[in-house]
Amino acid sequence: MAEHLLDAKGLNCPLPILKAKKALKDVPTGEVLQVLSTDPGSVADFEAFCRTTGNELLDSKTEGGLYTFLIKHTA
Amino acid sequence: MSDTANNAKSLSIIVTKGTLDWAYPPFILATTAAAMGLNVTMFFTFYGLPLLLKKLDLQLSTLGNPAMKMPMMGMHMTMPNAVSMIPGVDAAATRMMKNLTKKKGVASIEELREAAVDSGVRMIACQMTLDLFEYSLDDMIEGPELGGAATYMETATNSDINLFI
Repeated sequence: MAEHLLDAKGLNCPLPILKAKKALKDVPTGEVLQVLSTDPGSVADFEAFCRTTGNELLDSKTEGGLYTFLIKHTA
Repeated sequence: MSDTANNAKSLSIIVTKGTLDWAYPPFILATTAAAMGLNVTMFFTFYGLPLLLKKLDLQLSTLGNPAMKMPMMGMHMTMPNAVSMIPGVDAAATRMMKNLTKKKGVASIEELREAAVDSGVRMIACQMTLDLFEYSLDDMIEGPELGGAATYMETATNSDINLFI
C-alpha cells in the first residue's frame, strides 16, 4: 500500500520527524509514506506532526519495539 | 523558505547558552517547528552566539549542574559540583555525553544546525555580542544575519510562540 519507505529505526527525537518531513517532499501528493521507527515517543509525535501539518496519518502500529506509520501526503 | 504559507504560525527562540547540553533544546525545537511548517527565527546572543561558529567544540560542565546524573553500569551516577575542579573531569563528562548521544541515535548539534539551515530557519547573530566577545560574521557559518534587540523584538511581536533558552 505504501509506495515510499523511510527507515528511521535507531534514531531518536527529533530525527524521525525531521527525516519524515524531508522524505515527504519526494512523495507526490496523495501517495503514502511508510515510516519505521524504534522510538516510543514517535507515536505521539507523528500524531501531532500530522494534525499540525494536515498530512493524514492512515495507520499507526506497534509490534514489539517497532513502530510503523502510514502517512498520506496531503499537505 | 520551504513549505511555509503566509498564514503559517511562527516561533522565535532566544538562544543564550552554548554548552553541549543546553545547545540541544533550541535546535531540536527549531528544526521540528520548521518541519511542522512554522516560520522559525533563532536569535543567538551571549554564550549562545558561538553556536554559529563554523567549527563547533561544545563542552559541558558538571559545575552548577546539580541534577546531572549519567547512566553508568546500570545505575545513575551523580556528578558532584566539586569534581568539576579536577582537571579532565569536564572533558570526560563531555566525552561520555557525546558517546551516549551517538549510542542512542540522538543527532549531533552539527547535524541539527545543518537541518535548521536547510529548512530555512532564520538566524540572527547579536551584533553587540559579536563586538563584546570579538567575533566576526566571517567566523560564522553561512546564513546568519546581523541584528540587535529591536530586530528580535519586531520578530517576537509578530510571532505566535517566543522562547528564551
